[in-house]
Amino acid sequence: MDSFFALGHGFLVALEPSNLLFATVGVLLGTLVGVLPGIGPALTVALLLPVTFKLDPGGSIIMFAGIYYGGMYGGSTTSILLNTPGESASVVTALEGNKMARSGRGGPALATAAIGSFVAGTIATVGLAFLAPLLVKIAVGFGPWDYFALMVLAFVTVAATFGSSPLRGLTSLAFGLLLGLMGIDQLTGQARMTFGVPQLLDGIEVTTLAVGLFAIGEALFVASRHLHNPEKPIPIKGSLWMTREDWKRSWKPWLRGVGFGFPIGALPAGGAEIPTFLSYATERKLTKHPEEFGMGAIEGVAGPEAANNASAAGTLVPLLTLGLPTSATAAIMLAGFQQYGLQPGPLLFANSPDLVWGLIASLFIANVMLVILNLPLIGLWVRLLAIPMPWLYAGILVFAAMGTVAANPSAVELAILVVFGFIGFFMRRYDYPIAPAVVGLILGPMADAQLRRSLQMSLGDPMILLENPGSATLLGIAVLALLAPFVLKGLERFQMQED
Amino acid sequence: MTTSKLRSFDRPAAVVGVLLLAVAAVTAFDASRMSKGALYGIGPTAFPNVLAVFFAGLGLAHFVIAFKDGLPKPDEADWTAFAWVSGALLALIASVAAGGGFILGATLLFAMTARAFGRRAFLKDVLIGFVIGLLVFLLFNNLLSLTLPQGPLERLL
Repeated sequence: MDSFFALGHGFLVALEPSNLLFATVGVLLGTLVGVLPGIGPALTVALLLPVTFKLDPGGSIIMFAGIYYGGMYGGSTTSILLNTPGESASVVTALEGNKMARSGRGGPALATAAIGSFVAGTIATVGLAFLAPLLVKIAVGFGPWDYFALMVLAFVTVAATFGSSPLRGLTSLAFGLLLGLMGIDQLTGQARMTFGVPQLLDGIEVTTLAVGLFAIGEALFVASRHLHNPEKPIPIKGSLWMTREDWKRSWKPWLRGVGFGFPIGALPAGGAEIPTFLSYATERKLTKHPEEFGMGAIEGVAGPEAANNASAAGTLVPLLTLGLPTSATAAIMLAGFQQYGLQPGPLLFANSPDLVWGLIASLFIANVMLVILNLPLIGLWVRLLAIPMPWLYAGILVFAAMGTVAANPSAVELAILVVFGFIGFFMRRYDYPIAPAVVGLILGPMADAQLRRSLQMSLGDPMILLENPGSATLLGIAVLALLAPFVLKGLERFQMQED
Repeated sequence: MTTSKLRSFDRPAAVVGVLLLAVAAVTAFDASRMSKGALYGIGPTAFPNVLAVFFAGLGLAHFVIAFKDGLPKPDEADWTAFAWVSGALLALIASVAAGGGFILGATLLFAMTARAFGRRAFLKDVLIGFVIGLLVFLLFNNLLSLTLPQGPLERLL
């Protein structure tokens, strides 16, 4: 019941005219940037973070919520019409959605994605509102060792378990952890890995890393191969609206998508791709039109899109209650919180209930706005896809540079950005995942601090990590999650030899 | 014998392996220069040392895969376009570092990136880049009161 009152109060905050305005601007900006090809929600949030610098924390975090959901929505539009998913979680949407667009059913594909996102986002946000207070109650009793173990688990699952290659995922994670080390040590004030460069003393900004790896890396990568396969957006032909048949085929996949997306997203483990793949596989099995799969089946858009949005709302559960980001987007959102000196976690619920519940209420409002604003505006967003590639990527680079120098007007910061861009290019070229690096950068110093705090409390005895049931269990799961891909691979090889 | 072994040797994976080992060495070296500075438990050097071991392990693992499957084989790249984008980014840094300001840097960045993606109307793109840079500067300077790097041009505004 507490949730009801808290949420009601949150709505009072979110419905203040100025906050409504922030949410509207956030939704529009998020969609505007998210719809651009190659820009996923993580990059959308990173690029727009500087715009919120001068707002008050409440307003800017509400704007954030709008940017986040708007970016998700815009990303699915690009996947469907252009077949260039901005992030791995919308790869599945592109699978059937792009086929639908090619066969002249782009309108219904976009509509089922939008309405499915709305349904999924709303249900998942209700889940967030009820699950978060419960988790906060548990998290209050967490010691630093529990947090450390949770972070180790998040590292392993984000980097190794769900990616295509554990080795490349862990390498990307190690890169992020290394960057996290740079700067003044929080506990002793000593400089680590700064090599005497004064600008490095403050550490590496998460947004600089994210914009460098995602935006600059992507631009370099697309430039290096765009002569080989230029993509053209598919114009929407025919009706934009879903027929009665479309509705009938969509609503169950939406709900099943939520069933996959929210619980998996809410786990402190990450991996937005898994629910989308699970949803796709399930819809493919359950459909009455199996012949349409691979040719543009509406279930294959409805389910994964709902799963994707529900898991995005789900990742807010560990982010808000534990301060634990499990996706690149969540990592950047955490950086946004920290920019205002706010540390998500149980204390945030106790100290700034207005802010937390205002944010949760804004998620509902952002969701409603997305459907109301974006279904009619879809023609406008589609026109953005027709911007010629040279101007598009030139513009993206100018905005990336703008965001970076606005945060820190120095040539050194720009140089760091460009170095990350080159690293991002090579990571893309050799298929190293990018999210683990971003998560590693923000979680690394936190894990370091929690571990040292635990060992200070145990007077240096590392067994404290294994003596507490919570941290021991979590570390055990982390070991299993690290070994799982290798064991499964071994089994596969074993079975192949048997055959 | 030797030729088949050479053929299955994946150079990118080995290069990454060498880089990772180098990073491991640098990390360990940097940690060795710090004072321990903790009364109980572990100091600021523990995490870098663990990370150095982690990097070394990853480096060795890359050597192992260099002799097995190697890294995924990338498509052929258009290095001319790559060079144009790189040049555009360097021009931006140079402009900001040498006091040319944000607008000049953004103009060069825009025009050279557009060139990389196949545009040939360089002067027109310079003009577009200039207008975008100017608008961005005015927006940040006047509306958001964030200062972008200033050059002679910005000081005139």
